[in-house]
Amino acid sequence: MEVFLQQLINGITLGSIYGLIAIGYTMVFGIIGMVNFAHGDVFMVSSFIALVAFLLLVSLLGSSSIALVLFVVLIVAMLFTSLVNWTIERLAYRPLRGSFRLAPLISAIGMSIFLSNFVQVTQGPRNKSIPPMVQGDFVLFTKNDYPVTLSVKQLIIWIVTAVLLVCFWYLVTRTRLGRAQRACEQDQKMAALVGVDVDRTISMTFVIAAALAAVAGTMYLMYYGVVSFADGFVPGVKAFTAAVLGGIGSLPGAVIGGILIGLIETMWSAYFSIDYKDVAAFSVLAITLIFLPQGLFGRPDVEKV
Amino acid sequence: MTTPLLTVRSVKTFYGRVMALKGVDLDVNEGEIVTLIGANGAGKSTLMMTVCGNPRAREGMIDFAGQNITRMPTHEIARLKLAQSPEGRRIFSRMTVLENLQMGATTADPSHFKRDLDRVLTLFPRLQQRISQRGGTLSGGEQQMLAIARALMAQPRLLLLDEPSLGLAPLVVRQIFDAIKTLNAEDGLTVFLVEQNAYHALKLAHRGYVMVNGFITMSGTGHELLERPEIKSAYLEGGRH
Repeated sequence: MEVFLQQLINGITLGSIYGLIAIGYTMVFGIIGMVNFAHGDVFMVSSFIALVAFLLLVSLLGSSSIALVLFVVLIVAMLFTSLVNWTIERLAYRPLRGSFRLAPLISAIGMSIFLSNFVQVTQGPRNKSIPPMVQGDFVLFTKNDYPVTLSVKQLIIWIVTAVLLVCFWYLVTRTRLGRAQRACEQDQKMAALVGVDVDRTISMTFVIAAALAAVAGTMYLMYYGVVSFADGFVPGVKAFTAAVLGGIGSLPGAVIGGILIGLIETMWSAYFSIDYKDVAAFSVLAITLIFLPQGLFGRPDVEKV
Repeated sequence: MTTPLLTVRSVKTFYGRVMALKGVDLDVNEGEIVTLIGANGAGKSTLMMTVCGNPRAREGMIDFAGQNITRMPTHEIARLKLAQSPEGRRIFSRMTVLENLQMGATTADPSHFKRDLDRVLTLFPRLQQRISQRGGTLSGGEQQMLAIARALMAQPRLLLLDEPSLGLAPLVVRQIFDAIKTLNAEDGLTVFLVEQNAYHALKLAHRGYVMVNGFITMSGTGHELLERPEIKSAYLEGGRH
């Protein structure tokens, strides 16, 4: 029981990170029908941006005001990652719009390779680490000498994710931009007819997707303390799995799918074999695609014609 | 005579290599209801969409309110207050009725939103009852009302209506045509209406054009066209329709 609870805490933490990345996959898929294979690498790049920002700030401000540092790092990572993703969309995807369906997909794979290689060359192939940003645990309770703990880091991840999701939810459901986005998702031609600048809305989608990935990237760096150029691929594919499991195109589905994947991974590690945790996570992708291709929250598309 | 609100001059539009509009000339003056009638596939809807820049005219010129809009992107044309209720209605089916109306108001002055909303809901009281329902769950008639209401939310100077009567019960058609008449009479709204339902459209309109195979073959006032024997046989007396 105590092991289960501990794994539940760990799994939700990991799942929050996957969920934030998964939103990016699902949003971009929703609006232009493309799986953005570079999104995992955008997440990795955001982690590096956070790393550089963190090291710079700590050397400037010292590590005493860690809350402020973390906050600034988060903002910086979100801004720069958004800029990166905006540029990628502009250069690599927009010119291919209206081309054959696979063209942007191939371009995305190219961007994925480009980003990871660029980071490898400029930052070096080894793991980059930072001194621990946040320390401390809350022991929730102890049973059979097994303390169930919630670390401060985990708490921060939960809170930041929850706050961001609320902001994001508000943006999508209540604002002009969110409405324009959903309109483009359903019918770009009609959206243009009512005066929505479709290209600009798609750009904004990439910006928002990147900002959320940057939150995930910063949290990932804070949680694990290390990041390498290759860290985009596996979390990226897991987040993609989460998006598929939740039903690609569905925003709540992405978050819930993310948490489920996080839980499957940690539970598998605890009760079966940690070596096969990725196999477990990816099996979910295959199983979902075979038995539940529309995902948990995928829309059954009932529309009157 | 003042210049027309919408001027279309020798416009040719292609789908790939197929010429759909073969040189169309047409005017819509401020305050008029103008109708374009014609059989299926004549190019009526293509003309409506060409005016909005999608597909784009390959040759010719389209002027709206003194500006050349032939090469303008669709969303910028919409910002000039040219609104369309397109073929097939194109309701945002996973958005609520209110959200659809908000989308219609994208280009409008936000301070008028409440007033415009009240106006369209008075015009189509059925939408009031459905206001928080998803667009896709509405009946065909309600969707058509929503499509028109959405276009009206833009405070248009020119309203393009593509077959508002298609597939609707006669009673609903009457409601919709009455609404168009009211809008024109009370608000001075200029309307360009595409219809297959030639009788109703010509009775409603000040002027009409007849399109056959991508050409305008006839034009005149609504009454004149209703009296023309060719029109009677082809479009009115249960001939081909």
